[in-house]
Amino acid sequence: MTSSVGHVTPQSLHFAEALPLQSGAQLRDYTLVYETYGTLNAARSNAVLVCHALNASHHVAGTYEGQAKSEGWWDNLIGPGKPLDTNRFFVIGVNNPGSCFGSTGPMQIHPDTGVPYGADFPVVTVEDWVDAQARLCDALCIEQLAAVLGGSLGGMQALSWSLRFPDRLRHCIAVATAPNLSAQNIAFNEVARRAIITDPDFHEGHFYAHNTLPRRGLRVARMIGHITYLSDDAMEAKFGRRIRGHGSLPVDTGNTGLAYSTQAIEFEIESYLRHQGDKFSEYFDANTYLLITRALDYFDPARAFGGDLTAAFAAAVCKFLVISFTTDWRFAPQRSREIVKALVDHKRDVSYAEIAAPHGHDAFLLDDPRYHGVLRAYFDNIAKEAA
Amino acid sequence: MSDRKDMALIAELVPKGSRVLDLGCGDGEFLAFLRDHRQCTGYGIEIADANVLACTQRGVNVIQLNLEEGLALFEDQSFDVVLQLDTLQHLRNTEKMLRETARVGRTGIVSFPNFAHWPNRLHVIKGRMPITKVLPYQWYDTPNIRVATFADFEVLARRDGLRILDAFGIQSGAPVRRWPNLRASVAVFRFERGAAG
Repeated sequence: MTSSVGHVTPQSLHFAEALPLQSGAQLRDYTLVYETYGTLNAARSNAVLVCHALNASHHVAGTYEGQAKSEGWWDNLIGPGKPLDTNRFFVIGVNNPGSCFGSTGPMQIHPDTGVPYGADFPVVTVEDWVDAQARLCDALCIEQLAAVLGGSLGGMQALSWSLRFPDRLRHCIAVATAPNLSAQNIAFNEVARRAIITDPDFHEGHFYAHNTLPRRGLRVARMIGHITYLSDDAMEAKFGRRIRGHGSLPVDTGNTGLAYSTQAIEFEIESYLRHQGDKFSEYFDANTYLLITRALDYFDPARAFGGDLTAAFAAAVCKFLVISFTTDWRFAPQRSREIVKALVDHKRDVSYAEIAAPHGHDAFLLDDPRYHGVLRAYFDNIAKEAA
Repeated sequence: MSDRKDMALIAELVPKGSRVLDLGCGDGEFLAFLRDHRQCTGYGIEIADANVLACTQRGVNVIQLNLEEGLALFEDQSFDVVLQLDTLQHLRNTEKMLRETARVGRTGIVSFPNFAHWPNRLHVIKGRMPITKVLPYQWYDTPNIRVATFADFEVLARRDGLRILDAFGIQSGAPVRRWPNLRASVAVFRFERGAAG
């Protein structure tokens, strides 16, 4: 029997000691918001950290009391009896600094100026986030995590954990991720950033003072993102060439119902993208979007080793599970195989599953039985080790 | 390789503590056996989702790959032993995989159904394709796209510059060293890359 972790309540921790950042700057006086599910065992050895991706948060599983549709973003994976079973593991979701969901970020007041950070929030990297997460583990008195788990940008954090704190995790589970972004990926991010920055309502990142939001930029950024998270086939299956409001009416009949407008929504896919963009622009912070896409761009553990990923992974000692999805063209299987190769070169324990799911990058958030089956089996074995 | 006696026989060819790559490792039973009884480490390669799951359940390292795409993931001579147990007959690129096996492993071990085993010969003399315990399929639904004999493999090994270190047959869980091409349903070869390879 599987069930939900039920109602959950976010917690927050204030850190007085400044966090040195990769850029040379520092984040001082910051707060991390997090949630936990399950119970930490007496040996404090059953903790699993879940790292979030671009637009997610510490709210990984469960629901908020009195809020409909408030399930955490990985609720299908985490809960009693679920693949990451909270009857056995103590699961931690933490919101990264720079985000807009509670941890210190650009929307919050800069302690020096008394106004929101806005564009002055320091550029944060995957490594900085991992350092902040490690401090949270310190505060929770967790010396070693049973596992660090993440998908996409979250997978990059999981990989970074294995390199920055090799002895502080026993397993690294990296899903739908890559050892760095391709030029094409950086290009998509840059288009999204330019959409935001060139929105007249952006006000160079200080739009809070103007009591407005760069909604148009955020909408376009989100639309681009959504295109890249889906496979061509998945988009075809979901929307095809369907005309909005006309079901599957063939478009080649005399009475097509077309508006012959360049600006009205004609196709279902347009409607979907606009809806996603509208929703997103109301809840997501523009400066956070810039920061997080930049963190994606910068991630490249091989860079310090002349591009040699194998050399970069010399530091890692934990066991690895790497998972990719065949139709994910944003973080293609080939990129996961590069990670596997670097680990094999060091004779590390690694398993790799390449799931033939049709959904593209989004597959990592869905509950394909092959995908969840492998995760369940892997976590079962971790639980046996920890017992 | 379902027969546990066969498994034990082949496991004896794998030195204790070896680093092993098992190509087409199935549900990981043999790798788990090597891990538990011969202190071996390494990886299995599998294409089938169900087998990848079974290996994960056993706690065996498994890498989901299509062997037809080669072994680019692995460096030269990076394993003590590369296994191709009951795998070769399912591959299109049999010869390439054999060369890859010899490239990646210091030694290779191959096993496959021996088509020249005498009951198979009888089937063919009677004009029909053999259906036996080792070759249980009808000709039209067999996954064995390559059928070969013990003697055939010796020829291919020579052609590809492989040095055969040991060769024998297995019949009913026992090794067959005399006339294996006739008397054994399973052929086993242990080899290394020859000087010219």
